[in-house]
Amino acid sequence: MKTPFFKAVLSIVRKDIQIELRSRELVSSMGLFALLSILIFSFALELDRTARQEAISGVLWVTVVFASILGLNRSLAMERDQGNLDAMLLAPIDRVAIFFGKLAGNLVFALVVGLLLLPIMTILYNQNLIRPWLLLVLLLGTFGFATIGTLLAMMTVQTRARESLLPIVMMPVALPVLLAAVRASTNILAQNPIADWIAWPQILVVVDIVYLVACYLLFEYVIEE
Amino acid sequence: MTQHSALSTQHFLIETRALVKAYGLLPVLRKLDLGITRGEFVALLGPNGSGKSTLLRLLAGLSKPTAGQITIGGWTLPDEAAAVRAQIGMVSHKVLLYENLSAHENLRFFARLYNLPPAGVDARIAELLEQVGLSRRAADPVRTFSRGMQQRLSIARALLHDPDILLLDEPYTGLDVDASSVLDGLLRDAHAGGRTILMTTHQLDSAAALAGRVVILSRGGIGYDAPTAGLDGARLSAIYTETTSMVSAR
Repeated sequence: MKTPFFKAVLSIVRKDIQIELRSRELVSSMGLFALLSILIFSFALELDRTARQEAISGVLWVTVVFASILGLNRSLAMERDQGNLDAMLLAPIDRVAIFFGKLAGNLVFALVVGLLLLPIMTILYNQNLIRPWLLLVLLLGTFGFATIGTLLAMMTVQTRARESLLPIVMMPVALPVLLAAVRASTNILAQNPIADWIAWPQILVVVDIVYLVACYLLFEYVIEE
Repeated sequence: MTQHSALSTQHFLIETRALVKAYGLLPVLRKLDLGITRGEFVALLGPNGSGKSTLLRLLAGLSKPTAGQITIGGWTLPDEAAAVRAQIGMVSHKVLLYENLSAHENLRFFARLYNLPPAGVDARIAELLEQVGLSRRAADPVRTFSRGMQQRLSIARALLHDPDILLLDEPYTGLDVDASSVLDGLLRDAHAGGRTILMTTHQLDSAAALAGRVVILSRGGIGYDAPTAGLDGARLSAIYTETTSMVSAR
């Protein structure tokens, strides 16, 4: 009787990508925000070359995090405003499939923005950011943000002050991801020996798993009234 | 006042027993007993805040009761919610559609969520779009539709998986006279197809004309419950005023 889990998840991801290809609302607003942020940081740090080199990973993650928050708000608002979340909840699917579908969509959009940032920052900051380990850390960090962000955005989107509430709620919860991602990225860009920093990506993996399990268990309670 | 008193003896498709729903300390439904038999068209009336939408959300499995029991087609909510949801179609005053997708894409998405066999999906979508008069606009984004067209598409979405039960939550909201008349026709067709319909509305004329039974909710319980035979909009309006003002005066 129930729709298979993966079919439901894929349908939701496919729908989100189809809407994005049609409207280009999410990636364009996230991308524009990200581009402006790194430009402003670039100008602000222009006078001090050393400080700029050291701040690159911080700039990268601050930009990815706030661009992700922008996307999360819009992605979940689209479901809430026209009552589409109710329409999905009415379907004979596992409710947690909605979470995984929205998570996958949000992750894809955040990754697209993150991957666009790397070559642009490579040019602006005159340092090669296109490195395999940095790509892996970007994937792990973005996954962590998208996971906890999707759950929290599902909660805050029901409030009036959703635009400002999500970052306030999300930052303390997502701090372990931010910390591990920035530390790992700084070490990768400084080309330190792998043994010195491999613990940070490992911590990211653990935190991602903890977030995923917690969100899996909590999602049904979050979407209840 | 006629009460529907045969709750314990009849076999109902939809049945609530001692249903209670409270938001915090505020009770909205108070020990509500309601039974609806297969094929009935019931209009659920009541002032704002009387619990109409809350009852529909409970029946659709979108909300959990504080206490009491809901049985639909032999399945109990919320334990067997997936089975119940498969036989329910819901139309709300919100259209529950993605405005950046076309009519066809919207229906295709929901067809996948309802696990309809891929082979027959296109034919089913074409049939429904024809039925609601939107065949020519199938490829257009929903955002370009008028409110009436969006509501017709919303009905197509609700009928997509051929449900036994239609729950309609104020479907006339925002519709002009022509669109309301088209909606009347669609609801008549849906009922003629053997579906059980429960509709909340403030349109007393439509309720009297379409429904076979009217239930007026007041103070979280049933204030009036009777067949609509012999009732017109004016008479129903008088009954409605009498029932709801009686409650206000208490």
